[in-house]
Amino acid sequence: MEKKRGADIVVDVLLHEGVDTIFGLPGGAIMEVYDALFDAPFKNVLTRHEQAACHMADGYARATGKVGVVIATSGPGATNLVTGLATAYMDSIPLVAITGQVPRHYIGTDAFQEADVIGITRPITKHNFLVTDIKDLPLILRQAFYIARTGRPGPVLVDIPKDITQQVSEYYIPSDEEVKESLPGYNPHVEGNPVQIKKAAELIRKATRPVLYVGGGAILADAAEEVTKLARLTKIPVTTTNMGKGAFPETDPLSLHMLGMHGTYYANMAVYHSDLLIAVGARFDDRVTGKISEFAPEAKIIHIDIDPASISKTITVDVPIVGDVKNVLQKLIKELEEKPVEWVAARENWLKQIQEWKEKHPLSYRKSDKIIKPQYVIEEIYNITNGDAIISAGVGQHQMWAAMFYKYSYPRQFLNSGGLGTMGFGFPAAVGAKIGRPDKTVFAIEGDGSFIMNVQDLATAVQYRVPVKIAIINNGFLGMVRQWQQFFYDSRYASVCLSVQPDFVKLAESFGAVGLRATKPSEVKEVLAKAMEINDRPVLIDFVVDREENVLPMVPAGKSYREMILTPKQKGEAETMYLVG
Amino acid sequence: MSEIKVIKERPQPEKKIGRHVITVKVQHNFGVLARITGLFAGRGYNIESLTVGRTHEPHIARITIVVEGDERVIEQIIKQLRKLIETLRVRDITDIPHIERELALIKIHTENDRTRDEIMRLVNIFRAKVVDVSTDTYTVEITGDEDKIEAFISLIKPFGIKEMARTGTLAMVRESATSKILPGERFD
Repeated sequence: MEKKRGADIVVDVLLHEGVDTIFGLPGGAIMEVYDALFDAPFKNVLTRHEQAACHMADGYARATGKVGVVIATSGPGATNLVTGLATAYMDSIPLVAITGQVPRHYIGTDAFQEADVIGITRPITKHNFLVTDIKDLPLILRQAFYIARTGRPGPVLVDIPKDITQQVSEYYIPSDEEVKESLPGYNPHVEGNPVQIKKAAELIRKATRPVLYVGGGAILADAAEEVTKLARLTKIPVTTTNMGKGAFPETDPLSLHMLGMHGTYYANMAVYHSDLLIAVGARFDDRVTGKISEFAPEAKIIHIDIDPASISKTITVDVPIVGDVKNVLQKLIKELEEKPVEWVAARENWLKQIQEWKEKHPLSYRKSDKIIKPQYVIEEIYNITNGDAIISAGVGQHQMWAAMFYKYSYPRQFLNSGGLGTMGFGFPAAVGAKIGRPDKTVFAIEGDGSFIMNVQDLATAVQYRVPVKIAIINNGFLGMVRQWQQFFYDSRYASVCLSVQPDFVKLAESFGAVGLRATKPSEVKEVLAKAMEINDRPVLIDFVVDREENVLPMVPAGKSYREMILTPKQKGEAETMYLVG
Repeated sequence: MSEIKVIKERPQPEKKIGRHVITVKVQHNFGVLARITGLFAGRGYNIESLTVGRTHEPHIARITIVVEGDERVIEQIIKQLRKLIETLRVRDITDIPHIERELALIKIHTENDRTRDEIMRLVNIFRAKVVDVSTDTYTVEITGDEDKIEAFISLIKPFGIKEMARTGTLAMVRESATSKILPGERFD
């Protein structure tokens, strides 16, 4: 058998797993691995902060469907990964994080840069490992990739003490069989139960007001094609969560766009009045359901998900189908094709009703030629990119506008921190996405508050000549918090005004990127056109927008869909609370 | 077209709170117990007792968890336990004939001969055992299900308990009373 240094074994396994890019930042305990990476034949991206590295690996994974890899040193390096790992964990993104640990004989002595990383990351990873014997190193690394990418995907962390990376040992790379056999308790359920699939098909045939509710699971399972086929076959309207965007083209007449707290009026009305809800790789998040007891009160619910723990967690389900979404949908479609119904006729009334809702309250905003409306910026980004760009958003109002006013037509097109709601996610994730998908235009739509949380990594984007476009929706506020304060806290704007801001144009220039600014609606198209021409470095556009624009419609937290706020509040006027049904 | 009227509320499941006995087989790896207890702590589930030890297979440990909660909480606990990579098998054996045992060590004050006699009588009735004697204490070992131990403790309490340690419940399905398919195996 071959003999190698632990650090070289790490690189060998990464190569074996087909890794072509890693993100990270070196330090004492991981130096041996970085030494080995120096000669490795893949892209090694040095970031300025481990959190950004983690989001980059995450954005890379979301955009490409591959496992993202992030490397950090012990102690502070590893603890800086925490937010990134938790973000990936909540959205089920496959990541492998490799962290250095102090040498084995120092563990537990409060050594320099020591932290109990296994303990710290246990609740925010799908699984984690501390390597205690070099003989286990190749198997653990292979297990990490296998666990990260199979079943309900998620981040896996491998903590490697420095002396193990230095130690020389005989080794071999374990086969796929060995990896599976070494995890006897881990058997993700891929095939859906055929009896349940038949039951689901029966419900679909009988339903008069069905809705497909599609989440991120459909994207992760690469099931967009099946979702689209099912919807078009059975003429069922489709609403997606913000994690499910792109699983069904939003340009299709059957699309209801997003549902939930900032969902469209017609998506929420359709769900509220439905008699059958088919949840596909979605988990009934509270931002989707609002008040549980009034969520789709008349609907029977079919839930297809690979994670049994997601089923009947908050909403009791009538037909649970545990399995891979793609696999289950293929069988369900086959079942429906065998005993077809006159679908068009069966859906006539329902689709007519939905069309009425669409016409009554389409997604809209008050346009202006004096002040830039954030929604207008997003629409213009949509126009100039022909709807084909990958959009990565931070967290806040801009995220919701990016979800509402850009129409997504293919999977892995909209990247955002749906579950954890991590400010600072959008820009580094865009860098990772652009590195993974250099063929696509990648736009980071960021808030001024969100962007500043990982601004340091502009340096990384410049260093590696990653031509991402950054659109800052700059309203000088932590906008979403301000909106809540306006609606629910009597406009007491406590600690939301970002009264000191950098000059974003100069900031970009100081990093070696291009900085642009638009302060009037008439400048928006022009700066976007300029930004599209630059392809050798990042471009930052500072859009100075209407400071007090709100994200609407909105279902207040914990309220029913019947209590939607639909129209923007005018000065001295209460916002309209609609009671529907 | 007039709007479809919806007036109903989504029916909510009843909350029947009960005591459940859950057995878990896990790979006997470093940190596995922390994973399990962390799962309970992080999700706000309340453990009544948790016991853990090796089995006849050296790489497998067996855990018995006693937990109180409504159906939904118990279902989540079982599903979340099954999600752990190192979990081999999870069963809720509450409704299956099973054996429950707990061991308690109780150090009891013995004032005089009369109390010593009294305690010995109770020890014999309960088929417990005195495992240590000093001038003013007896230390008693008792095994049995929770009810038996609780009953013994309540009878012994008036004498004065100086110290007590309990292992928590261990449980195992009663082979003599089970068929091949068990009602608790819904998710396996």
